[in-house]
Amino acid sequence: MAASTDSLPRFAARKNALAVIYEWLGTADHKKIGLMYIVYALVFLVVMGVEAVLMRIQLAHANSSFLSPEVFNRLFTLHGTTGVFFVGMPILFGFGNYLVPLMIGARDMAYPRLNAFSFWMTAFGGLLLYASFFAGNSVAQAGIAPDVGWFAYAPLTATAFSPGHSTDYWNLALLVAGVGSISGGVNFIATILGLRCPGMTLSRMPLLVWMNLVMGGLVLVTISPLTAAQLMLLADRYLGAHFFDPQAGGSVVMWMHFFWIFGHPEVYVLIIPCFAFISEIVPVFSRKAIFGYPAMVAATTSIGFVSLGVWAHHLFTIGMPSYGNAFFVLTTMVVAVPTGIKIFNWLATMWGGRIRFATPMLFAVGFLFQFLIGGLTGIMLATAPFDWQLANSYFVVAHFHYVIVGGILFSIFAAFYYWFPKMTGRLLNETLGKWNFWILLVGFHLTFDTMYVPGLLGMPRRIYTYEAGRGWESWNLITSIGVIFQGVAVLIFVYNMVWSYLRGPLAGNDPWDAWTLEWATTSPPPEYNFAQTPAVRSRRPLWDIKHPEDPDSKYE
Amino acid sequence: MSATEANIPLGEAAWELPSRGKVGMGSLIVAESAIFTIFVVAYIFYIGKSLSGPTPREVLRVPIVGTICLLSSSFTMHWAIAALRKGRSGAFRAFWFLTFLLGAIFIGGTAIEWHHLIYQENFTIQTNLFGTTYYSLVGLHASHVIVGLIGLAVIMILAVLGKIRPEHTERCEVFSLYWHFVDAVWVVVFTTVYIVGR
Amino acid sequence: MAWPALPLLVLLAATRAAALASPTNIFAPASTPAHSIYRLSIFELEVLGAIFVVVSSLLAYAAIRFRDGRQEGQAEPPQIYGSNQMELAWTVLPVLIVVVLFLSSAQVIHRVQDAPEPPGSIEVTAVAHRFWWEYRYPQLGLVVANELHVPVSDPSRPTPTYIHLLSADVDHSFWVPRLAGKTDLIPNHPNDMWIDPHQSGLYLGQCAQYCGTEHAKMLLRVYVQSRDEFDRWAQGQQQPAVTSSSVAVGSALFISKACFACHTIGGTIAAGKAGPDLTHLMSRDTIGSGSVPNTPDNLQKWVRNPAVFKTGTLMPAQDLTDQELQQIVAYLVTLR
Ligand code: HEA
Ligand code: HEA
Ligand code: HEC
Ligand code: CUA
Ligand SMILES: [Cu+2]
Repeated sequence: MAASTDSLPRFAARKNALAVIYEWLGTADHKKIGLMYIVYALVFLVVMGVEAVLMRIQLAHANSSFLSPEVFNRLFTLHGTTGVFFVGMPILFGFGNYLVPLMIGARDMAYPRLNAFSFWMTAFGGLLLYASFFAGNSVAQAGIAPDVGWFAYAPLTATAFSPGHSTDYWNLALLVAGVGSISGGVNFIATILGLRCPGMTLSRMPLLVWMNLVMGGLVLVTISPLTAAQLMLLADRYLGAHFFDPQAGGSVVMWMHFFWIFGHPEVYVLIIPCFAFISEIVPVFSRKAIFGYPAMVAATTSIGFVSLGVWAHHLFTIGMPSYGNAFFVLTTMVVAVPTGIKIFNWLATMWGGRIRFATPMLFAVGFLFQFLIGGLTGIMLATAPFDWQLANSYFVVAHFHYVIVGGILFSIFAAFYYWFPKMTGRLLNETLGKWNFWILLVGFHLTFDTMYVPGLLGMPRRIYTYEAGRGWESWNLITSIGVIFQGVAVLIFVYNMVWSYLRGPLAGNDPWDAWTLEWATTSPPPEYNFAQTPAVRSRRPLWDIKHPEDPDSKYE
Repeated sequence: MSATEANIPLGEAAWELPSRGKVGMGSLIVAESAIFTIFVVAYIFYIGKSLSGPTPREVLRVPIVGTICLLSSSFTMHWAIAALRKGRSGAFRAFWFLTFLLGAIFIGGTAIEWHHLIYQENFTIQTNLFGTTYYSLVGLHASHVIVGLIGLAVIMILAVLGKIRPEHTERCEVFSLYWHFVDAVWVVVFTTVYIVGR
Repeated sequence: MAWPALPLLVLLAATRAAALASPTNIFAPASTPAHSIYRLSIFELEVLGAIFVVVSSLLAYAAIRFRDGRQEGQAEPPQIYGSNQMELAWTVLPVLIVVVLFLSSAQVIHRVQDAPEPPGSIEVTAVAHRFWWEYRYPQLGLVVANELHVPVSDPSRPTPTYIHLLSADVDHSFWVPRLAGKTDLIPNHPNDMWIDPHQSGLYLGQCAQYCGTEHAKMLLRVYVQSRDEFDRWAQGQQQPAVTSSSVAVGSALFISKACFACHTIGGTIAAGKAGPDLTHLMSRDTIGSGSVPNTPDNLQKWVRNPAVFKTGTLMPAQDLTDQELQQIVAYLVTLR
């Protein structure tokens, strides 16, 4: 693969800049929309990362006064909200948008224009959230950015405790983005059920497609409760309703339940597409078919269903009756079973393979290791009595960064290194990729391993400062130092993307010798994806072509 | 060895997939149901928890006429679609218009009831928890009816202009799913507000 | 591939070594609920630690053993599509583990949450305010602020303290790790918890539910005392405030300025409820809900402008001349 520069079709005809912008803004092509989602999310990744860096500077020492309490409280609210809604969701929707139609041999999503609508709603939501910086201040001293935390417990969001409009910006931003996500979910489901190419029965869909289907279904039933609760909050704040107003007999606990009926399945909305990346990458780099395909599908679906019934494990400390607590301990722990099945199936896929440790596989193995720990600490939290100690402490913060950064972010990096060649036609630089991986790994473990400890030593989350002598100082200092490594790794990644986009070696159609349909078309794929609609006879159509003597279709 | 598009076998003829219109509408309905569920749960949870009056029994009048109209509109909608499928466009237009009319009567009934509550009974969304949950649940449903009426009106205009032909049956049918859903939700809302809550 | 240090083990070792010094270590229980949780958590850590070691070893083994280059030939490895027995095995085993973990949790939940209240226990109503704590002792007719006093509970004759948890504004959480797990204080949603400290001493904690600007400085101090000491303390608190004529100016200022609108001083007309009861202010070690030591100097700074210690506190800075300030503080320091 020679690195000749100007042989990609894209560079052949240079259009003027305005035309290009116009083309992107008005596009309904699933690939362009997917890329816009991804770029948009990367911008916000840096924004929320900078917010994290500021918080970590403040927390590096006891009694620090680098940030005022007001600013710190706004920072974690924005950091968390941005991370979940404007980094996690859009980046995964972006990959899904790009990959699902290609993998099922379709030309586009089922509703291309609805797809553009979804993206622009999400984009608008993010801008609205940050617009609060400029416009949230209306009543004297009211915060300019929301400071109610990402789960915005009532009655902190009531006008009495949150005057001004910052909370409204938070609320409206998520409402708007939520509408975008729901329409996105509708689109995924309609695409996957309605546009599969001939021969691609449900049991032959690539796992990535299966998992995006489950994700789409979860989006429908999880984002909507949040939308409903936010409408109630809107009514409380603007119309004087009393949904969450204890003065009028309203229940603030109701908000907690509604939020987590959304919030818990939401974290599976985030992780399931990541399972999807891993389920594509591990087999290709182990050179083996995925182990136990039907079990993987069943496990994903059951995680989806069970996750709807576990929300109150975020509420073990609100004084539920003992049988309520016990019930949610059980349902929560049950999730470990299907998740375990996945972990073991990935391991079994690697077992006996011929593992190539290219960068995507490095990140995938990092994911497996870290997700294992993150999941096990989740089981500790799921034990209600243990959680009475751990809830709202830094242990929880460490748990969810372990699954979010160590799991989701690592798998997203894996996905970038794996599909970037398809999206741009050029490979990412492997050396930089390895640096990216190892520095991020070190930074990640420095930051988040040490974060568990202060939690066990009684450090609550969301505190802008702490006193000396509680045994927390050195742990927090190491945590903060780790962030520097993470920042450097992210910078390397950004540099690698830009450099490789311009200079990287040409990828060809199928650089990884992979098996799913997206690798059959050119890199980047033409607007119509496939000149003619393909047909499949097994789960790995390209394997069948490459191994006519021993096709998969014989075993299914 | 690398595979290229040329090696991929091409589409086979007999390949049936679910209609993406129906799947899409079905998905939307699932999402909407989740929204309504949350509002219904809030309603039921707050029954009898208001700190001050009025109570539902004191002010609510059961909207019998509106309910009958809305429920019958599902039947007229069904007949309209059946007529369209058979190409009887006159019957289609008549039933379609009837559906619209029944929906409009329903929404008019709600408007009159709200007017009565607000101006005669001085009962608003701010009054107490009952007001809060009543106006939001009934209002949420009413807003869905209004969206439905707008859709009905658009199709009706197209029909009058002669733009709706039997090949559009599928699309009209997808829209009718929405209308049936709004109807079905009313059964739940009605039961919650006027039977359980009263 | 060399794995970075095995975090879970490091974590265990590190917490034991470095952390015993921490006054808020959850692994140093000093009361029955905290102890039940501790035992359960150690058991659970052992089980999960074992799972971690097994699974991560398998992962490390697979990653090293099946690396490209360790095997000859370029052919693809044999394709294996699954195995029902193995998949059944790694479904059933976790199910069994889950059952064990669930049953042991349920047992502790029951033991802590459904414990009947024995006669002779102390009852306290804790009311959380944005950023300070109010404690009422209905049996003793007492209202105090910020520093909770309870008697030691002798395991042979237990005198546990039952705490009734209320909130005056938003959500808060009562968390003193060595005594018990946390329980939230939620408006319109009363909760209960109990502690039975076995040893006298000072136990620290802090509010564990985000409640606004100064959530970080809503600290908890629980003074566990022998029964005698506790009774003596209670008696002292029941007295009205002593006033001496030497601070009459300060005491008058307290009324003529806004102070009395928010603070109560027993035996005077000051009966405000928005701030801590100051009747026996000087019997407390700290002010500002544990933010700073209670010294005359700090008191003076506090009354002039509480924001120097606690930016977001709800006590406004008072518009006082230096002289008035001194007179008021002179009065405050007599409130023993
Ligand atoms: C992608 C995100 C993600 C994922 C995948 C998970 C996965 C899990 N989480 Fe986590 N969680 C969050 C994101 C996530 N979480 C976030 C963001 C919060 C905090 C929100 C906030 O408060 O701000 C949170 C908080 C949170 C709490 C509340 C803590 C509190 O506030 O008090 C709890 C409690 O039960 C919990 C539990 C679990 C469990 C049991 C899993 C399970 O799914 C894990 C299952 C996996 C395994 C167990 C490992 C593999 C299994 C095996 C190897 C099989 C053998 C194992 C056994 C038999 C045990 N999580
Ligand atoms: C997608 C989700 C996501 C991601 C990726 C992250 C990533 C990180 N998070 Fe965050 N976090 C949340 C979701 C996420 N977090 C949520 C939901 C909360 C709860 C909020 C709440 O309580 O309401 C939270 C809360 C939270 C807290 C607790 C605040 C508190 O309770 O007081 C902390 C504290 O350390 C923290 C730190 C970090 C760090 C260090 C990273 C790092 O991984 C970030 C790494 C990224 C960068 C470093 C930026 C990119 C690089 C540059 C810009 C280059 C320049 C920088 C340098 C050279 C240093 N997060
Ligand atoms: C608007 C109400 C308000 C007024 C007026 C007010 N205070 Fe306060 N005061 C508070 C609140 C609330 C706190 C608790 C602050 C915290 O810990 O966050 C407090 C705390 C204190 C404390 C510390 C008590 C402790 O144990 O932590 C002292 C001392 C005090 N006030 C003295 C005064 C004096 C003297 C004045 C008048 C010059 C005054 N206050 C006026 C509301 C008020
Ligand atoms: Cu009170 Cu946090
Ligand atoms: Cu959860």
